[in-house]
Amino acid sequence: MASAAIELRGITKRFGSVVANNNISLFVNKGEILSLLGENGSGKTTLMNMISGIYHPDEGEIFINGSPVAISSPHDAFDYKIGMIHQHFKLVDVFTAAENIVLGLNERGRFDIDKVSSRVAEISAKYGFEIDPRKKIYRMSVSEKQTVEIIKVLYRGADILILDEPTAVLTPQETQKLFAVLRRMRDDGKAIIIITHKLHEVLALSDRVSVLRRGEYVGTLKTADTNEMELTEMMVGRKVSLNISRAEPVDPKDRLVVNNLCVTNRDGVKLLDDVTFTARSGEILGIAGIAGSGQRELLEAIAGLKSVSSGELVYNDFKTGNSENLRNKTPIQIRDLGVRLSFVPEDRLGMGLVGSMDIIDNMMLRSYRRGNGVFVERREPRELADRIIEQLSVVTPSATTPVRRLSGGNVQKVLVGREISSAPTVLMAAYPVRGLDINSSYTIYNLLNEQKARGVAVIFVGEDLDVLLELCDRILVLGGGRVTGIVDARTAKKEQIGLLMTKHGEVEQ
Amino acid sequence: MSGKKHSAPPVYITKRDGLIWYKSWLIRIVAVLLALVLCSVIIIALTGFNPLQVYSAMVRGSFGTSRKLWTMLQNLAMLLCISLAVTPAFKMRFWNIGAEGQVLVGALATAACMFYLGDSLPQPLMIAIMLVSALAAGVVWAFIPAYFKAKWNTNETLFTLMMNYVAIQLVSFFIALWVPSGSGVMGVINQNSRSGWLPSVFGQRYFINIVVVAIVTAAMFIYLKYSKQGYEISVVGESENTARYIGIDVKKVILRTMAISGAVCGLAGFLLVSGTNHTVTTNTAGGMGFTAIMVSWLGKFNAAIMILTSFIIVFLQRGAGEIATKFNLNQSVADILTGIILFFIIGCEFFVNYKINLRHKEGK
Repeated sequence: MASAAIELRGITKRFGSVVANNNISLFVNKGEILSLLGENGSGKTTLMNMISGIYHPDEGEIFINGSPVAISSPHDAFDYKIGMIHQHFKLVDVFTAAENIVLGLNERGRFDIDKVSSRVAEISAKYGFEIDPRKKIYRMSVSEKQTVEIIKVLYRGADILILDEPTAVLTPQETQKLFAVLRRMRDDGKAIIIITHKLHEVLALSDRVSVLRRGEYVGTLKTADTNEMELTEMMVGRKVSLNISRAEPVDPKDRLVVNNLCVTNRDGVKLLDDVTFTARSGEILGIAGIAGSGQRELLEAIAGLKSVSSGELVYNDFKTGNSENLRNKTPIQIRDLGVRLSFVPEDRLGMGLVGSMDIIDNMMLRSYRRGNGVFVERREPRELADRIIEQLSVVTPSATTPVRRLSGGNVQKVLVGREISSAPTVLMAAYPVRGLDINSSYTIYNLLNEQKARGVAVIFVGEDLDVLLELCDRILVLGGGRVTGIVDARTAKKEQIGLLMTKHGEVEQ
Repeated sequence: MSGKKHSAPPVYITKRDGLIWYKSWLIRIVAVLLALVLCSVIIIALTGFNPLQVYSAMVRGSFGTSRKLWTMLQNLAMLLCISLAVTPAFKMRFWNIGAEGQVLVGALATAACMFYLGDSLPQPLMIAIMLVSALAAGVVWAFIPAYFKAKWNTNETLFTLMMNYVAIQLVSFFIALWVPSGSGVMGVINQNSRSGWLPSVFGQRYFINIVVVAIVTAAMFIYLKYSKQGYEISVVGESENTARYIGIDVKKVILRTMAISGAVCGLAGFLLVSGTNHTVTTNTAGGMGFTAIMVSWLGKFNAAIMILTSFIIVFLQRGAGEIATKFNLNQSVADILTGIILFFIIGCEFFVNYKINLRHKEGK
């Protein structure tokens, strides 16, 4: 029998006391697509980083075409014709596609754009890419950038391709295109590993699927012989209900009314263009859109972190009956108006929390100003920290552990816990389950549902359309900084939202 | 498969999860011992002296006589004071390389008061005026780059560095103005009246300096660790985005913190003139503004640990001076020795934070 393109035998990798990969064995043949399936933190990326030379395994062996190899650097991996396409692109923004493709190649002679372009065109034609080699990276869409990354490794002659969560940033239509390309590469004899945790993609694309769970190898199945339920069971270890509970909104009232909101950047480019919507109490409003369609700017404008060029943000205080325009108020001014606005930002450790501070000091971020004294009061934050650790079952050595040392899910629990502890009336959460495993994700969904039941107006920015459709009451779709549609999540179809996401400008009625 | 065969590197480095305190101190002690062994080899090779005698002379440089002890404490106090001054700025990730200049303008303001006011005022009032002028001068000198940073986001490293040279030139200018002979050297001011001189206490002329710095140390420790403003400094330093997110006025914090940094520098300048030298030269700060940066970083911005790190620096400096005179050595030899010891002390932190692992060969 012909030997596998790449085979791993008994690979183990530890980080300190944490075992990221324990005794993992798997292989990929030429002309085959293998899905590597597992929840976040199951060790998929660590395993692939060992193949691409970023880490070195503590134990175990890697075989390429049947002979054992040691891969100590990305350069070694390149010599073995292994190419990895990372989740976060590693491209130079001000360079053209062609320049990025040959970057670091060390070819003899002058950089010849025509020669490179013709080879790029050749590769593109072969596998069905569409790319302009002379286009600069910063002018490209996410999908184009990914294409450049893939051509980059093909240009280097890679026979083994590893793609880390390639569809995370793509629209459904772009995903279909990518899959077509990957199938053509498979038919051309390449060995392809795709890291994912989206089951329908596994089933649609791969020949075989290997499952990891918490660093352990669970098993490998032929895709044709399996189904979503079986794979989910393998992945999470037991049956999980795929249903997110959704209660009917209780007495929804207009809490936050956004009218014709515009935000421009320093160059005068409109990041948000004429955005109008209403967030109601007791309701979860989902916001869908391709990454960078204005979600971040919208939330930051509401939170008083981004200056608004025109439009208004009206907050209705049900108790007093007053309406306040929050436009261009600072976070402190908003709080002083009695608006209890909580915000779980996308960048948890870079904005919502301070990574090097412990849980107690992070609790203080919102409350340290309390009291007239010169000194901070740590007793209440300590109690709050203990309460959150207990109620949300945060896994941490103690409340004095720096939050940077916690896993992604626990970091998020700390952040969400703090934000809902102030009994908000409006709760905004940007990608609150990104990078979280299924159990942590459900904890977050439950917390959001609890807030909804308490009459909070919840705004949930998400990327997984299935989750948005199951969790939210209404979904607002952003495309290129404009509202391209607001749909009822109970009746909307996924394809419908996918289409709205790719629309720029024209408004769907 | 391409022809090249790669082998795994024999060692690899991993980050430690956190070391028990006594183990980390064991590493540091071993590092110092190793440094002393290496220094011994160099002493024997270069000079032929008995290393033990050289080391004991080094210790005597700081502890030999009560006079030397007080001088050492005075040097320690001054270095510590300036280190404390730069610490809030560094904690805020504001690279204040301008302590040298901020100390100098504080010293210049103090000297100017002594020069122009002479003995016309009662001593307590005199001292109060000098102190206020020195603090104000330090604040102004630190505030200028902070303002530009807050307003136009200029690079504070270059700005504060350049301000040092302006301060040096200012001192030169005033000395030229005050010393008609043109010698360029300012003599002791108010030699006879002793107006504006900090008095000796218990027969020790540096006593007040040392007590003042001890108070500043405690105050800075508490300020950074337990005050609301200290907390804001940490947040701004770690993540400006987080600071904005919770509504901290980042510009205000930058201005306020640099004002504090400058004020403490000004205080150091005041102590150097009023309590120590009773005159001013372009070298009054003597490079301490730069050494202070090292002290602050080595002490991990913790005022209590900085007492130890500034002691190490001062002890080595005094020891080097002592062996240079005692054994009639070239000052460079003494500097080589202190350099080696410092290298080991700083370098061992790598082994405190990281672990070197040998890769086990698999059996054939």
